[in-house]
Amino acid sequence: MNFDAIIDSLPLYVSGTWVTLQLLLLSCGIGLAMALPLAMLRSLPMVWLSWPIWLFTYVMRGTPMLVQLFLLYYGLAQFEVVRASPFWPWLSSPWFCAVTAFALNTCAYTTEILHGAMKAVPAGEIEAAKALGMSRWVMLRRIVLPSAFRRALPAYGNEVVLMLHGTALASVVTLLDLTGAARQMNSNYYLPYEAFVTAAVFYAAITAVLVALFRAAEARWLKPLLPRS
Amino acid sequence: MQRRLMITLLALATASFTAAAQSPDWKKVRIGVEGAYPPFSEVGTDGKLKGFDIDMAMALCTEMKAECTLVQQEWDGMIPALQARKFDAIIASMAITDERKKAVNFTNKYYNTPARFVGKASAPHDISPAALKGKKIGVQRGTTHDRYLTAIYKDSEIVRYAKQDEVFLDMAAGRIDATLCDSVAADLGFLKKGSGKGFGFLGTPVDDAAYFGIGSGIAVRKADNDLQQKFNAAIVAVRANGVYKKIQDKYFDFDVYGKP
Amino acid sequence: MLHGYGASLLEGALLTLSVAFMSLAVAMVLGLAGAVAKLSRSRPLQWLAGAYTTLIRAVPDLVMMLLVFYGGQMLINQIGEKLGWEFIDVNPYVAGVLTIGFIFGAYLTEVLRGAFMAVPRGQREAALAYGMNPRQVMVRVVGPQMLRHALPGLSNVWLVMIKSTAIVSVIGLSDMMSRAGQAAGATREPFLFYVAAAVIYLAFTSVSELGFKLLQKRFAIGVKQVSL
Repeated sequence: MNFDAIIDSLPLYVSGTWVTLQLLLLSCGIGLAMALPLAMLRSLPMVWLSWPIWLFTYVMRGTPMLVQLFLLYYGLAQFEVVRASPFWPWLSSPWFCAVTAFALNTCAYTTEILHGAMKAVPAGEIEAAKALGMSRWVMLRRIVLPSAFRRALPAYGNEVVLMLHGTALASVVTLLDLTGAARQMNSNYYLPYEAFVTAAVFYAAITAVLVALFRAAEARWLKPLLPRS
Repeated sequence: MQRRLMITLLALATASFTAAAQSPDWKKVRIGVEGAYPPFSEVGTDGKLKGFDIDMAMALCTEMKAECTLVQQEWDGMIPALQARKFDAIIASMAITDERKKAVNFTNKYYNTPARFVGKASAPHDISPAALKGKKIGVQRGTTHDRYLTAIYKDSEIVRYAKQDEVFLDMAAGRIDATLCDSVAADLGFLKKGSGKGFGFLGTPVDDAAYFGIGSGIAVRKADNDLQQKFNAAIVAVRANGVYKKIQDKYFDFDVYGKP
Repeated sequence: MLHGYGASLLEGALLTLSVAFMSLAVAMVLGLAGAVAKLSRSRPLQWLAGAYTTLIRAVPDLVMMLLVFYGGQMLINQIGEKLGWEFIDVNPYVAGVLTIGFIFGAYLTEVLRGAFMAVPRGQREAALAYGMNPRQVMVRVVGPQMLRHALPGLSNVWLVMIKSTAIVSVIGLSDMMSRAGQAAGATREPFLFYVAAAVIYLAFTSVSELGFKLLQKRFAIGVKQVSL
């Protein structure tokens, strides 16, 4: 194991980590913010509201993020009319394309997770809320959402970790994130094992922090909800 | 029941490791190629590899009386794959440089075409580092062009891609101002195609033997000296008996071998 | 319409499906084993399963794939040299399936564990009180209810897996993504080919979602569904 090469490349990895973290926080933040209202609308019985959202999550979950990213980055740039439009400064930037693709993707998945969690609220609780005369909005706010958020914690934790790995795709559109740093080191030294193991260690560290955070959140918010064992 | 299942799965997995015969007499040779560098190597509509590198590989094998299989490999992992014994030789327009010679051995060159800058036809033809300061230059990661730009063009923003195709796509989209790449790959792979309209070569060919080496050769593992000699003999033979010229004429109307 | 690359794209699609199904089989086995280990009373087993899920979920698929393919090959080479074996080649298909199955086995462990925990404990106690042995409890009572709770997470993991198969292109398997990329590069029309690939992936997803919807209906029999 060639440690000299790794030590030489450490600055590259550190800057790559910073880029990865920025991508992760931005995408998940925007995705979650968008997913909340969408999940609520999706769970309502009105078909004209829930159906378009279902279509959105269907297409976004049904296609690989890599394809979505390529379509946004390379695909749109192919057309002259796009290059001449006022959106071009945004669309030509790899940062914008990556964050947009990631945010839309995680929004779709989070919407489905929240929607599933909302449906899993015990029927009895909802009936009781209705019997007590709560309006739909009050019921959502006081009964359904708190319960749904807690239930969704394990699955959402999974989603955030998956998103961390998804940010690795940013290296495919020239961004120098953690995976990009590893590929750079690989092409400089021809040492794929060292390059990718180092990246793996960095990713593992970030994941450990994320998992610990979610485990703490679960202990605080989800475990009290479950039947005592 | 689960334990039995896991054992059977493990057994199946190990059984599928195919034992590939290693031929010390090199009757069977596996050759690593890229498949994303027209006109030297690309994948046709039928899913088959084609190009100058491919034809050269097959011709050399016929000359060596060996049975060759082509293994497609991404450029990034080319040398590591050779060392991991995924194949026995690399014929992928890989330039012979001292840096690479630390990891692998090369045969003599089988072609040598210069590198040139490509950009918008209307751009100034001054390609000095000062003129390109602050500009975005696209390049394929891990190539001699990458090394050259990283060392010499410190004031420009170097944007690295996994494939040369992607560089040209972004060039056409206007995301990068220029690229440094092989002149033939640029000419036939980009400038002569529809998307290359309005672009052209900038300045004179860039020739720096320290970075670009003496041409493209065939890479083999350091231990395989006999394979290296076989390839060298085959290259001399195909140049002598006209097969080289036939392949060359199929793709180019100029000489790609360069000075012997 | 697809400039002649249509057949190549479909061939790639078949390979993608094949890798996905094989990986699912591997992942289910590993996921069940992991969930059982995590929920068991044995500390070493819990620790082992914990290490498995943590390590695997900590590393991106791409990095994992490259490590298994190159690192695994080098390991086998070294062992082979010491033992005097003939050179053994790690087949890219096997490497791909094992890697993806291994990775998603970790995710499935978490999903199945959550699903198991969601089944009320009383169900298991009642079944045991009826005299069923643990295997019958699992198969007849806990299992079906567990699957119902696992379905959303399971469908998410399956959908992610199908798309993760795209990374096998990195180790030389000519799946649909790599063929779309080749066609896009050769024709300079990325939009066309990536939309075509997206449509095929959507087709895969539609069939999968339909399947999951049917499964959901089947397992939700007897459970009250109320609308908001």
